Amino acid sequence: MSKNLPVTGKALILLTVIIAFSVTSCNQGAKKTDENAGEQDEFITSVDEGTKEKFQTAKRIFYSLPSPIETAKILQKAGATYDASLLNPIDNQTGYITNLDMALNLGIYTTDLSYASLFDQTQVTLNYIEVAKNLADGLNILDAINENTIQRLENNINNREIIVDIISETLLNSSSYLKERGLESTATIILVGGWVEGLYIATQLVGDDPIESNRIVERVVDQKLSVDFMINLLQESSEDPDAQKILEDIRQLKTTFDKIEITLGENTPVTDPETNVTTLKSSSSHNLTKPVFDELVQKVTELRNSYIS
Amino acid sequence: MRKGILLVSLVAIMVSIPQLAQSQCKQFAKKTCKVGLNPYQHDGNYHAALLIEGEEAELYKTFYSDTDYRIGVCGAGNLNDIEFKIVDSNGKVLYNNKYQDYEWMWDFRLESSQQLKIVIKVPVADENIVEPEEGCVAIMFGFKDD
Repeated sequence: MSKNLPVTGKALILLTVIIAFSVTSCNQGAKKTDENAGEQDEFITSVDEGTKEKFQTAKRIFYSLPSPIETAKILQKAGATYDASLLNPIDNQTGYITNLDMALNLGIYTTDLSYASLFDQTQVTLNYIEVAKNLADGLNILDAINENTIQRLENNINNREIIVDIISETLLNSSSYLKERGLESTATIILVGGWVEGLYIATQLVGDDPIESNRIVERVVDQKLSVDFMINLLQESSEDPDAQKILEDIRQLKTTFDKIEITLGENTPVTDPETNVTTLKSSSSHNLTKPVFDELVQKVTELRNSYIS
Repeated sequence: MRKGILLVSLVAIMVSIPQLAQSQCKQFAKKTCKVGLNPYQHDGNYHAALLIEGEEAELYKTFYSDTDYRIGVCGAGNLNDIEFKIVDSNGKVLYNNKYQDYEWMWDFRLESSQQLKIVIKVPVADENIVEPEEGCVAIMFGFKDD
């Protein structure tokens, strides 16, 4: 039928399709809701009713997941040690063909290289950034990691601060590239992969140590706080079967995290007038038991191994 | 035929404008907001969007105990100072930059790991405005060693 259409007709159809696509892409960056409309009024009381009606838009909601570099950093601060046997071997990269495998393992390798870099494992860092580059290229994330990135890493291999900054920049480039193109779900899957790898490294490092007063275990418990954000983000990508598959995995993990109850006391902000840094003073506790921790270790290990194999 | 070419060109321009705006948003986030986090280390996450005057956004994030954080909320030059407040899971407002001369960043640490909400509002510059301004707003997080 279309071959009988005049050129302008075809162009009009093209115009309609592209505009529809363009509008859809623009809206994928953030989910909108108006459930906190009462709070929003507080901010715009100085505006007259007519303007208020014109400008009052639904709120945009964003969730920030822990990045690979943040995950590695909190592990290091909790007293983690470096264990090369916990990393996903670089030889596995050739087996990652699908977009889902590439995205998950880009996150996993990025956490591995962040972890290695914080423990001054320079050669490992260089090897893993190459693997991350290959996977980013496979996902068509152009120039997130380029030859210049690798050259800068090599030139600053003994400067941990610059290395961390370069890794942070590659994460920013990947994330922004994907979000600009409406590929939020891929950006989320990369972060979920990195998060699962961080959880795997943390739980493995605990090993047979007692869980009481264990700083790494405390960090594992803290991850409960990010699970719902992860689920909300994945739910936003309801049209993406890859995101829905990962969503089911995280829901499974949540059933174990739900067995841990975290109690948080009231926050009291106290600002140091000299440094201008505010401390949120509060206390918290949780009821993690050894059987629940063991269940978590088993689930995380199975999940992570299914992602890397 | 010429009409067709004209239409396709128009389409190409219409498609490229939103992506160009998003790209400029990324450059703004990287060159202005991220740089301002120094000496805190940016976490690598990218949260930026084109917002119009009067629009409000919320961002949820888990923050860890015993870590020093800097939150930076930056708005493009065509927007008024961005308002932001930090709210805990009990709804308690822990910080509001409108009482701090709209300072664009806030440094803090926590004694307990917890979820916090950052509420952002792009103020309306002129009540009688016909066309509200639209501009990039970026939210970035940095952390540092003790």
